[in-house]
Amino acid sequence: MAEEHPLRPFYTVLVLAFGCSLLVASAAIGLRPQQDANRLLDQKRNILRAAGVYEAGIPVDEQFGAVQTRLVDLQSGAYVADEKIDPNSYDQQAALLSPELSRELSSEENIAGLRGLENYAKIYLFSDQDRIDKVVLPVRGKGLWSTMYAYVALDSDLSTIEGISFYEHGETPGLGGEIENPRWQAGWQGKKLFGPDGEMELSVVKGGAQVSEEQQPYSVDGLSGATLTTQGVDNLMRFWFGEHGYEPFIARIKQEGGFNG
Amino acid sequence: MAESAKELLFNSVFKRNPIALLVLGICSALAVTGQMATAFVMCVCVTLVTGFSNLTISLVRKRIPNSVRIGLQIMVIATLVILVDQILKAFYFELSKQLSIFVGLIITNCIIMGRAEGFAMSNPPIPSFVDGIANGLGYSLILMLVAFVRELFGSGSVFGYEVLKLTTNGGWYTANGMLILPASAFFLIAIIIWVMRTIDPEQQEKD
Repeated sequence: MAEEHPLRPFYTVLVLAFGCSLLVASAAIGLRPQQDANRLLDQKRNILRAAGVYEAGIPVDEQFGAVQTRLVDLQSGAYVADEKIDPNSYDQQAALLSPELSRELSSEENIAGLRGLENYAKIYLFSDQDRIDKVVLPVRGKGLWSTMYAYVALDSDLSTIEGISFYEHGETPGLGGEIENPRWQAGWQGKKLFGPDGEMELSVVKGGAQVSEEQQPYSVDGLSGATLTTQGVDNLMRFWFGEHGYEPFIARIKQEGGFNG
Repeated sequence: MAESAKELLFNSVFKRNPIALLVLGICSALAVTGQMATAFVMCVCVTLVTGFSNLTISLVRKRIPNSVRIGLQIMVIATLVILVDQILKAFYFELSKQLSIFVGLIITNCIIMGRAEGFAMSNPPIPSFVDGIANGLGYSLILMLVAFVRELFGSGSVFGYEVLKLTTNGGWYTANGMLILPASAFFLIAIIIWVMRTIDPEQQEKD
């Protein structure tokens, strides 16, 4: 070992590094279809979970069968015709990369810390005997470290929250990561987004117990030890249920007399 | 000096257990022992990674230049951990979500590098592989013991099946809140170390 050629370490490291990177790269690429399929299944499961209808044991695709998928134009609030863009093949994340399907947000619009806003959002309608009784809307926003992705399920009055389900994030496990905790998510059920005057009232606050009686239906208890994550959740709710988010859509549906009007 | 495979296995699990005697890998022993299911997956992953990192490093040990050996060991270990992580994500998605960052943190588990540096660098491939697996099993033994106590008395269940009915579910057992906290694993590991060193006084440190 004493008389190593000075270049030998470089040579060995290069060969090993090449071998290792080859292994890692082929695993990452070879397993990607499987992982993507899992991610898609997980998203569907979370949509069902947000709507409160998920049942373990039954294949997710089977449970998802009755769910109606539609695209909504965020700016006008109108549905996009299925012939124009097929909602099942529309990829909301990929749309962000295309300048025709998304736009940049100015800094005062962008309270949720998004990189861009797509023109069309994919929403999920749940019906019970031909009457639409729930709608699940995808939302996202920046937390402390990462973009947090969630589904919010609304009752057909378009204000009462039926459930929420965060499914992808990179917050600190045990602190901000608790947004995944079903017990915390259960605290959202029955909260209302809009006050009697139609203004967005919902906020995520710390120390939820100290909120006054009238404010109770509009405040969700924040997570202790995760101030910035909580703030991020608050911001993303304010963004997505504000004028750049689903407000036009909700206004339009209400004008039409509700989903089943 | 050379031990047979059987001796290697026995000694690594009981005589020089990586957690109880060498006191390595404590970090993950605290973090993932709240539930037996997660602890079990962690054990399988760590055992596989230790075994194969020892095997790989032992295969190339004569070609590894002394000056860069630590870096190369880390590289081999990191590659294996990424492979494990990718496979979990592809085939056991729910589990990988539960374990989240802990799989990635296997890289920093001192046992793996300790065995690579301490054993695989100076022994042939087959004994190295056995040594890696044996140390992984030694780690698993302690982890499963700790997880069993923590889950049983902390959450009233074993592998997620309810054994003691909790008061929160209308039963009689009040969960021990301390055992849910990771720090409680310190006490449990200390008790295990005490018992092992009482049974086998050779493990006691001379002062």
